[in-house]
Amino acid sequence: MAKASWDKEARQGLTLISPPFIYALLVLAAPILTILTYSFLTDGYLTVVRDFTWDNYIYAWTDPIVRMVMLRSLAVSALVTLVTVALAFPVAYYVSFMVRPERKSMWLFLITIPFWTSYLIRVFLWKVILGYNGVINSSLTGLGIIDEPLTFILYNVNSIVLTLAHAYAPFAILPIFIALEKIDRSLLEAGRDLGESKAMTFWRVTLPLAMPGVIAATMIVFIPTIGDYVTPELIGGGKIPMIANLIQVQMLALDDRPKGSALAVSAMLIVAVVCLIFLFLNRRFLKVRQ
Amino acid sequence: MSKRRFEGSGLRIYTVLYLLFLYAPIILLPLFAFNSGTIIAFPLEGFTMKWFDLMIGNATLRQALFNSLTIAVSASILATCLGIFAARASTRFEFPGKAGIMGFIMLPMVLPEIIVAMSLLVVLLGMGVQLSILTVIVGHTLMCMPYAIAVLSTAFGTLDKSLEEAAYDLGETKWSAFRLVTLPLVMPGIISSLLISFTISLDEFIIAFFLAGNQPTLPTYIFSQLRFPKAIPMIMALGTVLVALSIILLALGEYFRRRGNARIGAKPTGGFL
Repeated sequence: MAKASWDKEARQGLTLISPPFIYALLVLAAPILTILTYSFLTDGYLTVVRDFTWDNYIYAWTDPIVRMVMLRSLAVSALVTLVTVALAFPVAYYVSFMVRPERKSMWLFLITIPFWTSYLIRVFLWKVILGYNGVINSSLTGLGIIDEPLTFILYNVNSIVLTLAHAYAPFAILPIFIALEKIDRSLLEAGRDLGESKAMTFWRVTLPLAMPGVIAATMIVFIPTIGDYVTPELIGGGKIPMIANLIQVQMLALDDRPKGSALAVSAMLIVAVVCLIFLFLNRRFLKVRQ
Repeated sequence: MSKRRFEGSGLRIYTVLYLLFLYAPIILLPLFAFNSGTIIAFPLEGFTMKWFDLMIGNATLRQALFNSLTIAVSASILATCLGIFAARASTRFEFPGKAGIMGFIMLPMVLPEIIVAMSLLVVLLGMGVQLSILTVIVGHTLMCMPYAIAVLSTAFGTLDKSLEEAAYDLGETKWSAFRLVTLPLVMPGIISSLLISFTISLDEFIIAFFLAGNQPTLPTYIFSQLRFPKAIPMIMALGTVLVALSIILLALGEYFRRRGNARIGAKPTGGFL
């Protein structure tokens, strides 16, 4: 009887989930399988020839330009992730521990608003702020602090990191906030009662319990930033391409879809491996959930 | 108590500074939109409305706006409809492979957009499909679906199961109980899902850039104009309007979400995600 009802429930659940699942299969899984297939085929003029080859992967893993861009993308997104998560943690901590419960959603709303406004315009405004005739330079020259505009603040990796850290801020704050909210406050009191100092309680109780949120934030920021296309294009002035820009060039400008596909698949693989290693290194924090 | 407040003040100052950093670009936007100077730099010159006039008179921009609205309305309705199925299934039923299926549907939230856009583009070109706003709608529905599901799952999750059971006991069929009891209760969630999907689609650039063919959408039009210094003040005016619009939409979405929570007696905590 119980089994029969479970079967019925399972059937109903599967029927209900099938429209969105089939949509995701058609629009997401099928295209990704297609580029996976393309990455093993040969590029012909305006077409893809159905000849199996490893050449695209040999190119993707040995070409010095690809390697440089790939390493740069990894370094930039690792740096962005570090900066974003480190800057976001105190904010999440403040909202979770210091703000009165009824004001919390107002704070979260304030934090998420900038994220919902035009991404392109926000990125461009950082160019306006950091540019040759930008806000910082014109203010500093206007005040007589510098004679010549500073040129080292735009069109370099630092400006890309700053812009991306700004763009992905809420993605880091929200998961950490949720993890902090879940912490049983009596555990902190227990820590204090047992003679730990405030700092030690934070280090030995709060931080380990907040780690699942920190880990989630790290992944949520790291994965999309590595594939960011707009910021290197606008802030980097097109001179500091990241892997997304390279994929686009291979796929469209050079019309070499197998090579572009191999780049895309390799990038996904590298991101997946990096994330798995990261999760493995932090496995002890993920196990302690109550 | 006062000691505790003192300890919190350092963090409070930091948080306020952080919010300033978050809002810095948005605060600058209207300053330049109403500035009569043609170069985006300080000092500001004088007040003007001419960039807004220029914006209203621009025919390509009107076309882009029309395209973007068509895409955003279609994608938000499609994503919300699909999201209702997923949210209902995930909050009410246990079925084999649930975690895997839900994880897969939520994947576009974290997958780099360039991967989604490029793989979809390759398939569409391979099938010989003409790129148009239709193909953008297909892509945007996929991107909006996870956000719709996140919002709708909260709405369906806080729903009291006994209300539906009461309706069955009173002789309603499955469908009429859903229509008369469940749907009105989750309506605020549906509206905020529509608003959030609409906002995401309206702002989405990568998929629109690659899948729209030669049809402009607002973000792709903005991107094309950013190369021309002369066009920038008008883009600032456009950005001001867009930012104001998204803040209004979000405030509305938040209002409906809270009203929905109040209706089912839940605590007003949590956020959009």
